[in-house]
Amino acid sequence: MRLDVLYFAWVRERIGLPKEQVETEAATVAGLVAELVAREERYAAAFADITALRVALDQELAEFSAPLDGVREVAFFPPMTGG
Amino acid sequence: MPVRVQAEPFDFGAEAAAFAAGATSAGAVVTFLGVVRDDSGSLSRMEIEHYPGMTERALASIAAEATDRWHLLDALVIHRHGSLLPGEAIMMVATAARHRAEAFAAADFLMDYLKSRAPFWKKEFGADGAAWVAAKDSDEDALSRW
Repeated sequence: MRLDVLYFAWVRERIGLPKEQVETEAATVAGLVAELVAREERYAAAFADITALRVALDQELAEFSAPLDGVREVAFFPPMTGG
Repeated sequence: MPVRVQAEPFDFGAEAAAFAAGATSAGAVVTFLGVVRDDSGSLSRMEIEHYPGMTERALASIAAEATDRWHLLDALVIHRHGSLLPGEAIMMVATAARHRAEAFAAADFLMDYLKSRAPFWKKEFGADGAAWVAAKDSDEDALSRW
């Protein structure tokens, strides 16, 4: 399946791009993260501490254990600081 | 329940006046204005990044929940993104209800939720370089009040 993967704030800075298309067979967000981490050091650096990250699936907050079935857009970012 | 996400500055006074004028059957209107704060004394600017699409959805969802829980007659959220200077307005909320308790509670709820559930990220630029503003545990804890 092909996913749009988005990165924001320091996750975007560490990985070095705001958005990319990823071809994956991962069943869950955690599986996708493991694939990305295995790719290159910059992904490993960005995902070193997953408890410091949040994920959204199709623009709704989700858990790292969530399935990717039917998902088109995945976004990774640090905890939000609005207001 | 208008929700606006914009780079341009907004006129807090004019927005508050127009909001109050439109809330014809309200007995109470509460407004809150968030401003870029310079704690270090050396902040040159703040950059606010957001997630276009999700931001609008999250704000609309938070505003809808506030409206439902406190029977608001109207609510307004304006949040800026991009480059802001110390002292500039970042965001505002306004709530209109029949009584003040509902208007205050709903405004408080809106602020707590949009701090940690709306996809914005702040980066501060100062004399010592740039740093992302870290979320506080107290921001997350604040949600348990509701």
